[in-house]
Amino acid sequence: MTVAVALAYLVAAVLFIVGLIQLSSPRSARRGNQIAAVGMAIALLATIPLLHFTEAGIVITLIGLLIGIPIGALGARRVKMTAIPQMVALFNGVGGGAAALVAVSELLLQSSHPPFALVFPSVFSIVIGSVSFAGSLIAFAKLQALMTGTPITYPGQQIVNGVLALAIVALAVYLIAIASTPVIFVPLLILGLVLGVAFVLPIGGADMPVVISMLNAFTGLAVAASGFVLGNFALIVAGTLVGASGTLLTKLMSDAMGRSLGNVLFGAFGAATAGPAGAVGAEGKSVRSGSPEDIATLLAYSRKVIIVPGYGLAVAQGQHAVRELADELEKRGVEVEYAIHPVAGRMPGHMNVLLAEANVPYEQLKEMDQINDEFKSADVALVVGANDVVNPAAHNSPGSPIYGMPILNADEAKNIVFMKRSMRPGFAGIDNELLYDPKTVMLFGDAKDSLMKLVAAVKAA
Amino acid sequence: MNDNSLLNEFTVFVLAIFVGFEVISKVPTILHTPLMSGTNAIHGIILVGAILIAATAHDPLQIALGLVAVILATINVVGGFVVTDRMLEMFKGRGTPAQKGKPVQEEKKPG
Repeated sequence: MTVAVALAYLVAAVLFIVGLIQLSSPRSARRGNQIAAVGMAIALLATIPLLHFTEAGIVITLIGLLIGIPIGALGARRVKMTAIPQMVALFNGVGGGAAALVAVSELLLQSSHPPFALVFPSVFSIVIGSVSFAGSLIAFAKLQALMTGTPITYPGQQIVNGVLALAIVALAVYLIAIASTPVIFVPLLILGLVLGVAFVLPIGGADMPVVISMLNAFTGLAVAASGFVLGNFALIVAGTLVGASGTLLTKLMSDAMGRSLGNVLFGAFGAATAGPAGAVGAEGKSVRSGSPEDIATLLAYSRKVIIVPGYGLAVAQGQHAVRELADELEKRGVEVEYAIHPVAGRMPGHMNVLLAEANVPYEQLKEMDQINDEFKSADVALVVGANDVVNPAAHNSPGSPIYGMPILNADEAKNIVFMKRSMRPGFAGIDNELLYDPKTVMLFGDAKDSLMKLVAAVKAA
Repeated sequence: MNDNSLLNEFTVFVLAIFVGFEVISKVPTILHTPLMSGTNAIHGIILVGAILIAATAHDPLQIALGLVAVILATINVVGGFVVTDRMLEMFKGRGTPAQKGKPVQEEKKPG
């Protein structure tokens, strides 16, 4: 590597870091992404002097770029905002696949007895890259509803997955320590793909963001490992940055749900806790259900309304309707704010993206810590398609599976309006006593339909 | 690869871990989806690796591997940056930049 290339890689690495720092503020975030893209362009251009093209090499490189650029650009432009999580999963998966193939290809160049410093990262990249590839595709299929989003479990599943993982480790150790030829990587690649599938199957749709985040970190590490294989600093730095940040992000996400990462990954949540949850049950309690007109009146004559959007709003694609309702209320002088739980929607921040798409002013979006003290001064907490994130059991029911999870204090508002499809519990599978609170009114139905009815009723009120 | 360069690479690797943690710990929750998408684009740097191996391909297996790797990596990097940009485009602050709306009511902090 020449000095010039090394310096260009250094510039690229700095731009990646600066880009990530700017991503940390809403005002500079877009520029941060653009700065990272410039870093990427510099890294790519700086690589050109390192290339010694064969004839076939230059042809496949150009064909690959010509195929990949339109697919990536069109996919990213056409995707609906509500489908972003699965798109991120897809982009992440192909990156993991590429990392594994790079390692495979480099191993193939070696004759017998490749050195440890090359085999070790190659094996790592092949395994992690293929797990990330297959796992991301399953995550995509689940979120895109190409397959069921509920956990797929069978007896002995953990044992099967454990055996798979052990087989991979054994094979990897064999490959690193004993094998004299690199050909044995093929079973390793296949086992990695199988493990990726098997490992994501038992995880439910609502947990998928945590898994995607983890697979994102995996791909970063696979890329870094491929960087060690090729002796390329740009890959090592960028891949490691993503590996580290993705790991931390994954932890933050599972923390926000009040659960350990192990519980998310191996708990087959929902399936496992359904039993005891039912027992907490609803026996003898009644809920109050209201008409759109009643609720519209309540909202229209309030001073302050806090909207708590959740997964159900995202599923119903009701973000534009909720904005319309807020506009109508504001015309009448009602103060409207949105309380965003860290795990609202399908990913942390996903709800902000959806609401931003509907042109909800950024200033109205409040994070949990900012707004939790304001609920007691709110006339109405309007809970749209959310459930577990306002369940008081997290505060006062030590036996509950979600005990200790940070929640929005919607129960402190003077009135609570729940817009839900049914009395079905949220994804945590536990009953929400707030539904039976005398202050609570239910409005059953699809979130978007109900919101439209409310908009019409508020206009009339 | 001599020992010295391996050591250099390892040093960079360890330092990058710390930088990655440090940078991310300051990102507010609301930007986590764009952030995940942005980091996703950054690991598209694997395109550099894919081109490096594709460039020198000469037998059919390497040609196939190189071609697929370049396609996948290109999708990762192009799609990653474009979709992140689309998300962040919507975060343009609207209304007044008056910090966080009106001052929060004079409520005492609850226990």
